[in-house]
Amino acid sequence: MMTKFLSRNRHTVQRLGFSAITVMALFTVLPIIGTITFILVKGGSAISLDFLSGFPHDGMRAGGILPAIVGTLYLTLGTAFFSVPLGIAAAIYLAEYAKENRWTRLIRLAIINLAGIPSVVYGLFGLGLFVLFLQFGTSILAASLTLSIMTLPVIISTSEEALRAVPQAFRTVSISLGATRWQTISRIILKEALPGILTGVILGLERAAGETAPILFTGAAFFLPQLPQSPFDATMALPYHLFVISTQVPEMPIQIQYGTALVLLVFVLTMNVIATVIRSRARAKRQW
Amino acid sequence: MEKSLSWREFIITRLIQTSGYSAILFVALIFFFLLREGLPTLGQVDAASLLNIRWYPIENYFGILPLITGSLIVTLGAALIAVPFGIGTAVYISEIAPRWMREILKPLVELLGGLPSVVLGFLGILVLAPFLRVFLDLPTGLTALAGSLLLGGIAVPTVVSVAEDALDSVPRAYREGAWALGATRWQTIWRVTLPAAKSGVLTAVMLGVGRAIGETMAVMMVTGNAPVLALQPGSLFSPVRTMTATIAAEMGEVANGSTHYHVLFFIGMVLFIISLVVNIIASSVVFRSKKRAERILS
Repeated sequence: MMTKFLSRNRHTVQRLGFSAITVMALFTVLPIIGTITFILVKGGSAISLDFLSGFPHDGMRAGGILPAIVGTLYLTLGTAFFSVPLGIAAAIYLAEYAKENRWTRLIRLAIINLAGIPSVVYGLFGLGLFVLFLQFGTSILAASLTLSIMTLPVIISTSEEALRAVPQAFRTVSISLGATRWQTISRIILKEALPGILTGVILGLERAAGETAPILFTGAAFFLPQLPQSPFDATMALPYHLFVISTQVPEMPIQIQYGTALVLLVFVLTMNVIATVIRSRARAKRQW
Repeated sequence: MEKSLSWREFIITRLIQTSGYSAILFVALIFFFLLREGLPTLGQVDAASLLNIRWYPIENYFGILPLITGSLIVTLGAALIAVPFGIGTAVYISEIAPRWMREILKPLVELLGGLPSVVLGFLGILVLAPFLRVFLDLPTGLTALAGSLLLGGIAVPTVVSVAEDALDSVPRAYREGAWALGATRWQTIWRVTLPAAKSGVLTAVMLGVGRAIGETMAVMMVTGNAPVLALQPGSLFSPVRTMTATIAAEMGEVANGSTHYHVLFFIGMVLFIISLVVNIIASSVVFRSKKRAERILS
């Protein structure tokens, strides 16, 4: 009788425990869905052609957000320009060339630390090095460079993982056919690892596109009457614009705020969805 | 032909190697520039006034204690939310959820990690803060608590993904052994799987906390930005100001090279060192446990 009681008790505990954990997981996930739906619903009515293709006027209280959209596009492309080649090359080094020694461990430690540095500290660094020391000024160039160092760890670690997932046999065969190491990497391994690398690159750039703190003092402008003309111009950007109109501009129409949040969210979510689709399609197609 | 090929190979190999080492260079550069702009603080403000409780730069009061306590209380609150919910969600995803549920939950949590913090801050101002003000009957909803709630949400994806990896890497045989001895799945989770994944879960907690300390925009938007010393638990319900928010809010308005400018870099230096310590400890925990696992296997 005692054992019967105990065993019933055990299973009651399990049922209670599982329910509690499930509720916790729901509490974690439901706000995410809620947040996204809320902004989609609230911001939807603000979206129009004028809003997407016009300049702000009346102290940003009317008009569109074109310069912020274009600015975020420029910053994302600028970041990609620097961080993609460097990040993939670093990943190739770690996956294909590096031996497991003290230096390699130091590189890995450096990458982990780069990933953990607060975004506002990147902003300070960008201000110190790119804006002031190298005299790029508050510019797209300085902001892109700052953002690209911030995205490096994401690109390096995901690309390295993708390269390592390519079976060793691919390398052995290629080398035995007389290819050099670089020919093997550039023509065989990179091609096989491409979907994984692409996923990592997009996820890294997604983060860069949504960041505000690193561009605050390196490239973001409060308001500009025209689109930036060169990499040495400052630019408006969606995340900074959302920050400005939700905290710095009194009597800001709520519609424009929700609309801006929606455009930023769609920009970032689209990148996220593309990355997820590439990853799952590559997984389904993979034959090794 | 042969010769040019091997030259090309040589140059490309060097380029790739240099890129690999660039990560070390960047960490060193970041540290160097923070020191270069931050250390002059010590010549201009003496240590006693730096450790004062008054932050009022216009009148040359540069006490950073209120900013440190502000960061601490917000981060502590965030950890109290992110740790149980993060680990709970990781346990659910890795041990309890059916396969189809897992396929939905994992991308969703990843999505949360990708949401720009400025969007969360925006919702914090418009939705969370007014709700807290009415619900808790506070003079303002822009409080440390609002910051903690948002930061908790921002730190959760980090905790979930690292903890879930740790749980996933516990060998299946451990669980099967426990089941064979008559343990329920719940007992197995608590007494076998979680203890076996302990070091990874600890890493998850540390990285989550590190993420919370460094978060800037969302915190700046919802904590009310009052640089007051936050020492009692009651401070959770009043406005505070964190180190990150101070830098972000004030750097745009200071003259380059002024004392205020150097102090802000000094705060950045402190943040950098905190994140360095957190990450080095976290990665050495993982490293040690891996070595132990190798010992067991050999």
